[in-house]
Amino acid sequence: MAERFSSVPEVIESLRKADYLADTNIGGVVYLADRLEKPVLVEGPAGVGKTELAKAVAEVTGSRLIRLQCYEGLDESKALYEWNYKKQLLRIQADREHETSWADVEADIFSEQFLLTRPLLEAIRAEEPIVLLIDEVDRVEIETEALLLEVLSDFQVSIPELGTIVGAQRPIVILTSNNTRELSEALKRRCLYLHIDYPDLEREKEIVRVRVPEVDEELAGQVAAVVRSIRQLELKKAPSISETIDWARTLLYLGKSEIDPEVISETLHVLLKYQSDITKARKELETSATPTGATAARST
Amino acid sequence: MSLPINAAKLTDAIERRATAGGEGDDGGRPQPGSMLDVLQGFVHELRAAGLPVSMTENLDAMRAVEHVELVDRDTFKSALGATLVKHHHHWRAFETVFDVYFSLYAPGIGGDEADAEAWAEMQAMEGGGAAGDLSPEELAEMLLAALMNGDEDELRRLAAMAVSRYAGMEPGRPVGGTYYLYRTLRQLDLEGLAAQMMGRAREQGDGPPEDDELAERLQREAFDERLKRLREIVEAEIRRRLVADRGVEAMARTLRKPLPEDVDFMHASREEMQALQRAIYPLTRALAARLAQRRKRKNRGHLDFRSTVRHSLSYGGVPAEPKFRHPRPSRPEIMVVADISGSVASFARFTLQFVYAMASQFSKVRSWVFIDGIDEVTRFFQEADDIAEAIGRVNTEADVVWVDGHSDYGHALEVFRERHLTEITPKSSIILLGDARNNYHASQNGIVKELAQRARHVYWLNPEPRGYWDTGDSIVSDYGIYCDGVFECRNLRQLERFVSAIVEG
Repeated sequence: MAERFSSVPEVIESLRKADYLADTNIGGVVYLADRLEKPVLVEGPAGVGKTELAKAVAEVTGSRLIRLQCYEGLDESKALYEWNYKKQLLRIQADREHETSWADVEADIFSEQFLLTRPLLEAIRAEEPIVLLIDEVDRVEIETEALLLEVLSDFQVSIPELGTIVGAQRPIVILTSNNTRELSEALKRRCLYLHIDYPDLEREKEIVRVRVPEVDEELAGQVAAVVRSIRQLELKKAPSISETIDWARTLLYLGKSEIDPEVISETLHVLLKYQSDITKARKELETSATPTGATAARST
Repeated sequence: MSLPINAAKLTDAIERRATAGGEGDDGGRPQPGSMLDVLQGFVHELRAAGLPVSMTENLDAMRAVEHVELVDRDTFKSALGATLVKHHHHWRAFETVFDVYFSLYAPGIGGDEADAEAWAEMQAMEGGGAAGDLSPEELAEMLLAALMNGDEDELRRLAAMAVSRYAGMEPGRPVGGTYYLYRTLRQLDLEGLAAQMMGRAREQGDGPPEDDELAERLQREAFDERLKRLREIVEAEIRRRLVADRGVEAMARTLRKPLPEDVDFMHASREEMQALQRAIYPLTRALAARLAQRRKRKNRGHLDFRSTVRHSLSYGGVPAEPKFRHPRPSRPEIMVVADISGSVASFARFTLQFVYAMASQFSKVRSWVFIDGIDEVTRFFQEADDIAEAIGRVNTEADVVWVDGHSDYGHALEVFRERHLTEITPKSSIILLGDARNNYHASQNGIVKELAQRARHVYWLNPEPRGYWDTGDSIVSDYGIYCDGVFECRNLRQLERFVSAIVEG
């Protein structure tokens, strides 16, 4: 098998070229996914770049990204394959006059040309390099999860009428989950596990710099620092990385080169999406100068 | 891909690792070549700590470490983490065990030559307990400088010195790591350092302007972060020395803590409570999703004649594809009745969090709290923006004391029936929470029977261990016989079990 990466630093380096700043943990897991040929299950809060990771990996490996968006009620006809029922009916109807034997008809209507491939089957049959992204896998019901197991462990699909279709290659498979429910142990066992959290100050600053290159270093630093500060408040929904980036862009469009409480107050709605959160953050940041020392250090 | 583990390769890797480390000392250090054993011990310890590590995962970990450089501690850790730890909230437990098992492999955490020297140097100093020629003031000064620059390596070196000097560690002394940590940190005076850092930043002119509160806040947070890091470094250093002294297994045993899902609600610390709070939310979402789904999945609705005819047009008028109406989604109404008396106080706090989380998921959740009187608190949860506010209002405004403020389930239930019996419909599920310690009042368990007859389900969650049920003034079985289920609910794991039981049952 062609190995896509030769070392962890190389993974990080090449992801960086796709504007994705990975830390050692992310890089390490992607590298292992390649080496061990195992799917990666990525969990973490919304908007920390789980889906982005898949896109970036696809980009740097020059692969096509096949995406299966999960939702409640997803079933095998939407995820794996489906027989083209209407076409089959037409075929039978068209055949009435010719009096073909049923065995022939049956063999015919359950052949490849009546098969509608859905993302998973498409990924398995793909000839070119691909990255398979199974997005928000926590949204499907536990029963549906079982559908994925065969694909994830052996990268094959069994279709009763056609037999087992085995993948020509082992692509990188990335599953994401927002952790709205626990995934089954069976699924987790088949995957490598990666938890992406909000980045630390330095990384977030860099992300802002990479994604919004027009922002100068100082502003990026300030943006990251304010966002970190806001994340420490107890909010319904903490600002995600994508919101940080949006905020940096907003500041840019408004022509602000520096952040002061007034600017924050005006643009807070870009970062926070609940009115109660906005009110809270505004209040906090305006009356911020409570002269206590190492609060964080003490409370741990 | 070959599954068998290449032991020779592993051994080879560990030998390379050992030479790269290059330090002579081996106090309790596992011998080179025993990497496989170390990993097995490591996995064993993870299991002992409660992490569910399966055979497959174990093998994956073995395969994974073949692909990473063992010298690179971070990558090594992420390789083990990715293969062995499949729940985020287990990560902390994993980190602790990892530190214990692999602390001796890494002199500094980076593991390069300079660190190795520092390590050897430090080892030499350890016996005497003196940290070179530095005076306490010099040490403090250097520490401050390192903190200002955010220089991790320097911090690590200084932390090691500080531990040698202040912790007063002696081999074989039966004291926990916390004691040494306390002694070291007291001498380092983190709070004082924070103030000094702020002062220093201002002197250097790159600190925040006097009147800029925002900038000051940000700066302070940045420093707090570094101090927190320093604390962690000191902690790791102490742990490492303890491991060297006592051996890996013993140390891992002392550090073993219950996993978040096993933390007892009644005895949770503040930090643990916060973690629980975060964990509850997905659980209620699952509950909501599953309850709403059940009917949707179970039965398709009636045949939709109109739609079937419409679709038959695409098959030349043959109604080949029958269409069905969507069934109406069920809207379960949930009624939560919770005891908030002193005997279950910490459970009550958790209960309220659970109710709050449920209220955000289900359209119809009504809640009551009681001690010997009972009061509806639904409005507090609907109006409040966050959980702390809601709980505060429940505790101050709810009228739950009738006579003396000792639990009286009988009276509370009686009032509940009087006011709300007619509102209970076959759609309602009632969840009663409490230890059923009734202070020898009348049980009035006939009321529960009545409720059960009207409602779809009645469940009882009891925060006490099962062994204590029906001892003393607990009369949980008197009520339990009329409920659809009585569940012990002392930790998240049990709560999860309850949720899946009612969802499936």
